[in-house]
Amino acid sequence: MAVERILKDEASEEKGERARMASFIGAMAIADLVKTTLGPKGMDKILQSTGRGREVTVTNDGATILKSLHIDNPAAKVLVDISKVQDDEVGDGTTSVVVLAGELLREAEKLVAAKIHPMTIIAGYRMAAECARNALLQKVVDNKEDPEKFKSDLMKIAMTTLSSKILSQDKEHFAKLAVDAVMRLKGSTNLESIQIIKKPGGSLKDSFLDEGFILDKKIGIGQPKRIENAKILVANTAMDTDKVKIYGARVRVDSMSKVAEIEGAEKEKMREKVQKIIAHGINCFVNRQLIYNFPEELFADAGILAIEHADFDGIERLALVTGGEIASTFDNPESVKLGHCKLIEEIMIGEDKLIHFSGVELGQACTIVLRGASHHVLDEAERSLHDALCVLSQTVNDSRVLLGGGWPEMVMSKDVDELARKTPGKKSHAIEAFSRALVAIPTIISDNAGLDSAELVAQLRAEHQKEGCTAGIDVISGSVGDMAQRGISEAFKVKQAVLLSATEAAEMILRVDEIITCAPRRREDRM
Amino acid sequence: MALAFDEFGRPFIIIKEQEQKTRLRGLEAQKANISAGKAIARILKTSLGPKGMDKMLQSPDGDVTITNDGATILEQMDVDNQIAKLMVELSRSQDYEIGDGTTGVVVMAGALLEQAELLLERGIHPIRIAEGYEMASRIAFEHMEKIAQKFDYGVSNFEPLVQTCMTTLSSKIVNRCKRNLAEIAVKAVLAVADLERKDVNLDLIKVEGKVGGKLEDTELIYGILVDKDMSHPQMPKQIEDAKIAILTCPFEPPKPKTKHKVDIDTVEKFQTLRQQEHKYFDDMVQQCKDVGATLVICQWGFDDEANHLLMHRNLPAVRWVGGVELELIAIATGGRIVPRFQELTPEKLGKAGLVREKAFGTTKDRMLYIEHCANSRAVTIFIRGGNKMVIEETKRSIHDALCVARNLIRNNRIVYGGGSAEISCSIAVEAAADRYPGVEQYAIRAFADALDAVPMALAENSGLQPIETLSAVKSQQIKENNPYCGIDCNDVGTNDMREQNVFETLIGKQQQLLLATQVVKMILKIDDVISPSEY
Repeated sequence: MAVERILKDEASEEKGERARMASFIGAMAIADLVKTTLGPKGMDKILQSTGRGREVTVTNDGATILKSLHIDNPAAKVLVDISKVQDDEVGDGTTSVVVLAGELLREAEKLVAAKIHPMTIIAGYRMAAECARNALLQKVVDNKEDPEKFKSDLMKIAMTTLSSKILSQDKEHFAKLAVDAVMRLKGSTNLESIQIIKKPGGSLKDSFLDEGFILDKKIGIGQPKRIENAKILVANTAMDTDKVKIYGARVRVDSMSKVAEIEGAEKEKMREKVQKIIAHGINCFVNRQLIYNFPEELFADAGILAIEHADFDGIERLALVTGGEIASTFDNPESVKLGHCKLIEEIMIGEDKLIHFSGVELGQACTIVLRGASHHVLDEAERSLHDALCVLSQTVNDSRVLLGGGWPEMVMSKDVDELARKTPGKKSHAIEAFSRALVAIPTIISDNAGLDSAELVAQLRAEHQKEGCTAGIDVISGSVGDMAQRGISEAFKVKQAVLLSATEAAEMILRVDEIITCAPRRREDRM
Repeated sequence: MALAFDEFGRPFIIIKEQEQKTRLRGLEAQKANISAGKAIARILKTSLGPKGMDKMLQSPDGDVTITNDGATILEQMDVDNQIAKLMVELSRSQDYEIGDGTTGVVVMAGALLEQAELLLERGIHPIRIAEGYEMASRIAFEHMEKIAQKFDYGVSNFEPLVQTCMTTLSSKIVNRCKRNLAEIAVKAVLAVADLERKDVNLDLIKVEGKVGGKLEDTELIYGILVDKDMSHPQMPKQIEDAKIAILTCPFEPPKPKTKHKVDIDTVEKFQTLRQQEHKYFDDMVQQCKDVGATLVICQWGFDDEANHLLMHRNLPAVRWVGGVELELIAIATGGRIVPRFQELTPEKLGKAGLVREKAFGTTKDRMLYIEHCANSRAVTIFIRGGNKMVIEETKRSIHDALCVARNLIRNNRIVYGGGSAEISCSIAVEAAADRYPGVEQYAIRAFADALDAVPMALAENSGLQPIETLSAVKSQQIKENNPYCGIDCNDVGTNDMREQNVFETLIGKQQQLLLATQVVKMILKIDDVISPSEY
């Protein structure tokens, strides 16, 4: 008798070989999709959103591309997920991790076709990944002790990261921006305190780092446009009508005159509040919430600069730079810590007026102003800069550094190859395959640059047989070159994360022998 | 469809809307049910054992789960068939009762059904089969008691516990660092175990996961981890010797349950109300301060004003902490949950040696560690992993390991794994079968054959020749009179599971047998399936 249907309508089930095929193909398709963006000569992608406005994004950031895709294949989703995690954890290498996982699966597919059990492949991959990691660990350079060298390391890393992005033309400029910004953080990885302001107009080269703080707001009318030796009160309080917070309170009156009275009382209350704030002896007041016209006028009368509607991040950053505390009550002026800065002034960037705080006490936060021809350029520049900042801030904490340009992959592949030769049994095929997958990365980088990858990679491999070799692919000149001389470096933490998460993802997909897809939940048609 | 006629020849209706229902009867119903049960078992069969494969499940919303935990697979499978649902229930009850062996129990039930089908074809009545199975399961149950071994462990010598947990973990994706995780699980269980009463409350172990890092970074925290940060960005990030006030009332003016209105009709009233409100906040914060609290953990939110007052008075605070976490914090720190500000007293404060905030990755992810608590009876296992799916799977694996460790503390008897217990039982049942006269004898033999299904699946998944391997091990068991021979899944080179250190808990195995037999009996007894037909 035929087996009855077990699953619900529309739910599907794929088994064994077919399931494996489905997941391999899905994962490889994703890897092939982002493959062309890898390396300094990688190409960009245009993403058009399905939402209203058909917004367009131009990017070559792997995580951004994958995030915007609507994917149905479950294995492909695993890859999208690892790329997202890579972005959250280290910020860069989002493309490499997907490409490496894709290559590992491609190799695995061949092995499965050669009748090697997936579990054996996994065992081999694990050994290989461990060996590759050790190979990297032996070669890392740590310059933490020497601040000069460390800074130049940071510069190199930033330049390497930026060279594959839209900013590559001005990479030196931006690398310097990023390094300066990160150095100011003094080891914290909280990138929230680096503010990036995007203003269309000008060229990318006009972007600059400001030591102080720039708030994208206008100064109220009739208030001073320039304050020296400012005392700043950073606040988060309602400056519209102070609501009565006691539950169930409401105003009920029986005549018009009473309404007027209450209104008067309300106004009085606000006036008192403003008086209290002024009593702090400040000359600048920044609030997170709205400031109504009435209190604004009062502030203007007292000669105080009042800024409303600074968003929450802005407030937090401002509190960080000026050293003040975020206040919500104003009864004890003596104990509230005020922020200080030497000069507040309104400046113009392009056509917009911004408020600039300079000469701040604590320099833990800073602002990077990006200029560029269009929104698309600016958005991509921001993403690129974000990548660089992430990598740098991680490097500050874990200062181990490697060379770039396919050098780490070759080092790993050499050691993994050796391990393969020493390992008896079927596992050695998997280990060998792992090494092939590693070599695929420099191959793709040179392919993307339009170079003869077979020739270059072969040369590179020969170079790496020598002890203490520092050769990598120099995409600019199209030859094998000395990476140490060219100053191409990468952070160890990024490479390690790429290696481990790619192996983990490949392993996960390999272990699957059955895919069960539930019936998709019906949604109301939104059309 | 059966139709009945009354004495005038008119059809009368037995089942409401009869024509819209499908109905299966008799042998046909049993066979259909058996084949549905078998289909479920077949799905899980490949997940059994250390070399078992995973399943990828896509939920209705498109989320992907990758797992080889039987209970999870079945739960998310969107099963429609009634019998298949019974199997899902079966695996779930194993999960609730024991926590481990959820795949094994389904495979066992599937094998029993398969054997029953053969017997049905020979014309044996289903009830007789069910009775035979019942007898056989009793024999196997008792035999397991016989071959079980006690093993000793102590707080200092927990190696045997770790070994058992490792057996459980070796079939999961986390087997790369099973040693690590097994130790974490055992330490966690020992930390919260009540060794006198031989009981473990697993609620005291919180399992928290965060994407990023690697599996090896997974750690056991003797304290509580809360996925929250301080309510005000400028509050101190680290507090030593914290005295914690645990509150379930918001820092907001009270909201009485009864409906009321406060009418404001004069300016004076407006002003007094304002002052009242002001005093409210001040009092609340002052009360916390007065009892000597250095950290406030609150289940609800704070008003901006209260937040600043707290900050101002140097009283760090955490808001929106979930109820379960709040309870755990209370247990760990020895504090009391206080529902009203008026009831705060110094004795009700919890104590922790160190409270610190830790940031992860490049995004603004922060977590709060509460460590060195007064009462270390609540612990947290903090899992790191490359992606969300790994973390979810690790959580499930850790849960299994925790359950195993708990079961061992409840009952420290073990049987050896690798299918050795099943093979030994199969031999015992086979031998006992001959003593039973009557038709049941066949059912008992069938049960013995079904017991072989688990080792067979193990061998198959490990890439061994299933029948050859099984018969070799079986003859070895009889020849050497050694019930500890099992399938050598990991290619170690010995069949003796004592040497391989592969243990399973006795109660887990026994439960598997009983549950599987019960469900199979139930399925066999069904001879009529009425269901609404497709429309």
